[in-house]
Amino acid sequence: MPTVLTDPGMGRCIGCYSCMQACARMVYNDFSPHKSAIQIRTVGGMNGRLVANICRACPEPVPCVQACPTDALVTRDGGRGMRFYKNKCIGCGLCVKACPVHVIGWDGEAERPILCVFCGQCVKFCPHDCLEMVDVKGLSQRFDEHGHVG
Amino acid sequence: MLGKDYVRVLYVNLTTRRVDVQQRRDLTAYMGGAGVAVKLLAETIQPELDVFDPAQPMIIAIGPLSTIFPVITKAVATFRSPLTGEFGESHAGGRIAYALSHAGYDALVVTGRAENPIYLRIHDNRIEFQDAGVLWGTDTLEAGRILRSLNPAPGHRSIIRIGPAGEKLVRYANVNVETFRHFGRLGLGAVFGAKNLKAIVTIGTHHFPLGELAKEYRKVYAEVYHKVTQTDAMGKYHELGTPMNVMPLNELGALPTRNLQAARFEAAEAISGEALAEDNLMFTRACAGCPIGCIHVALLRQPFGEPEWYHFDSSLVPYDHELIYALGSMLGVGRREELLMLIEEADLAGMDAISTGVTLAWATEAMTRGLISDEELGVELCFGDAHAYRHAIRAIGRGEIELARWLGRGSLYAAQRYGGEDFAVALGGGQGMAGYHTGYANVVGHHIGARHSHLCNAGYAIDQRHDDLTDEETIDKLIAEEQERCTLTSLCICLFARRVYDRETVKACLASVGMPWSDEQLDELGRKIYALKLQIKGRLGYDPTTVRIPQRFFETPSMRGPLSPKRVGRMLTIYRERVAALNV
Repeated sequence: MPTVLTDPGMGRCIGCYSCMQACARMVYNDFSPHKSAIQIRTVGGMNGRLVANICRACPEPVPCVQACPTDALVTRDGGRGMRFYKNKCIGCGLCVKACPVHVIGWDGEAERPILCVFCGQCVKFCPHDCLEMVDVKGLSQRFDEHGHVG
Repeated sequence: MLGKDYVRVLYVNLTTRRVDVQQRRDLTAYMGGAGVAVKLLAETIQPELDVFDPAQPMIIAIGPLSTIFPVITKAVATFRSPLTGEFGESHAGGRIAYALSHAGYDALVVTGRAENPIYLRIHDNRIEFQDAGVLWGTDTLEAGRILRSLNPAPGHRSIIRIGPAGEKLVRYANVNVETFRHFGRLGLGAVFGAKNLKAIVTIGTHHFPLGELAKEYRKVYAEVYHKVTQTDAMGKYHELGTPMNVMPLNELGALPTRNLQAARFEAAEAISGEALAEDNLMFTRACAGCPIGCIHVALLRQPFGEPEWYHFDSSLVPYDHELIYALGSMLGVGRREELLMLIEEADLAGMDAISTGVTLAWATEAMTRGLISDEELGVELCFGDAHAYRHAIRAIGRGEIELARWLGRGSLYAAQRYGGEDFAVALGGGQGMAGYHTGYANVVGHHIGARHSHLCNAGYAIDQRHDDLTDEETIDKLIAEEQERCTLTSLCICLFARRVYDRETVKACLASVGMPWSDEQLDELGRKIYALKLQIKGRLGYDPTTVRIPQRFFETPSMRGPLSPKRVGRMLTIYRERVAALNV
């Protein structure tokens, strides 16, 4: 069963950025958390809450997949989120515009999107268990139980 | 700079509004952080000019490993201290190191004085001088709020700013960093104020590919991350934070109380780390790149209106051991809410909490003895009366009354004006004592430390660990520890992680990003930085053997019993011999 990233424990987040650094380091081969598909943000400065901007693994039809003019983005098995084939990407950036929650970043040098590949590295490097990988079926159940996603 | 053979320095002149960027190969010999900041200070400081002369520099430096390994989060500032008139060095976490490194700078050197209040905006290679007229007079919270709205880049920007105290040149004004952190000690905020510089906003968006280093770097990162989060190397910072020290120090008789008239506080339990965590702790926060998150933030509820209204003015207040000591036990304030109220007040004004508390503690005793007047200050200070202290903090921040302006110079200088030097518990030329009265290594360590901070050489820890050292051994330990800390702080490693970053770990981290440093080289680095600090102090005319240590330190027994001025004098003589042997 495919798994997707969720952020059920953001109330525990301390803003250490270890997750962003993990994504940059392990997936995007970079020291800079700018190159990370997860972005931690403060709402209202340090006095406010910390939030995670992450791919919400949209149900079908997946907007970024719909927008992609090639087959670089395809819907994942299980019908939530997308799979990315880098060598088919032409660098048009339409997926960035299509994302309804504005979480697909852009690597201007490589001309490729920065998006979640659902690998779970950020979860592994979170010291407070704010993040969790759940299988697609679990995600649907969570939606049912709490009336909202993640 | 990471992956480069140079240190990239941004020079900004506020008078001429000119900027310059230099790639300095020679500075790599000083690593970064404290090393580079001290070297740049030595090059630019003006010993013959006043501390507030526009030509005096202020420097902020980071290191080659900044924020790419866990808990390497600090930025180091150096300047001529408005408080002591001599060597000033202060460290801060927050996001300043993260933002500067991604903006592409290892160090920032600011000289000159802006004609009108401005804030400096560093956005990658764009350096802008922005008008700050509207911000002048705002407290640190309001200034931060306005600057955030003017400079949108949430999560990736750093906003460091001063409050009214910095503008009014209070000699121990601090620089607020990301709301909860500070360049706290020695008056960097007044240096900003003298330069008409309200704030520095830094936004960095550069990328740094791992390249060929990827495999080894990932491996070493994971090892350090594991050590930080899964072992007890940093346990105390995970849990109660630094305030866990309050109770043990009190039990040992090492918690300075009521201007060090005592070293035990009867209400210590009420303001302990445990009590604050149980009743007031709202959340913890981290500096960018630190999975520990030692920043403890309390909820302060202050009722207003009629009691039956249940209306509260609620705010968030960060607390640490030193603040609890300085604005709690040192002032006899034993109620948590009142302590938090004072921490908030000093923070909004932009004043170093330790120096504020030590100065007010002196003022309380001076007022009791009739040396200063309650009429002039507009309030009668009594130990335990937090509302009177709040009034006094506001008066110092505003600087309208002559007495308040003298209090804004710190306890030592106020005592030189009004009398009462014997109980002005400042060390090494005016630096208010930190929250320990452990014994000889603490007092002497404070006094001989390059910046007179308890963190220079951690004498308080030597006192707690050893009770059988000869005077020679104590001095040697203090010097060795300070040299080792020069190495650690040149790497910008947070000193809370000193047990994580043992020598082997430091070498592994450096090697994993292509910087092989040997033990000998790292030892030499620490010695070199230490020597350079002593050189600067010499140029500024400082001699520890001629500066008096206030009588109060000898009157109130420390954790190790009463201290003798004779023995301290002997230790300072040994210190002078050791320094002479270093051929600084």
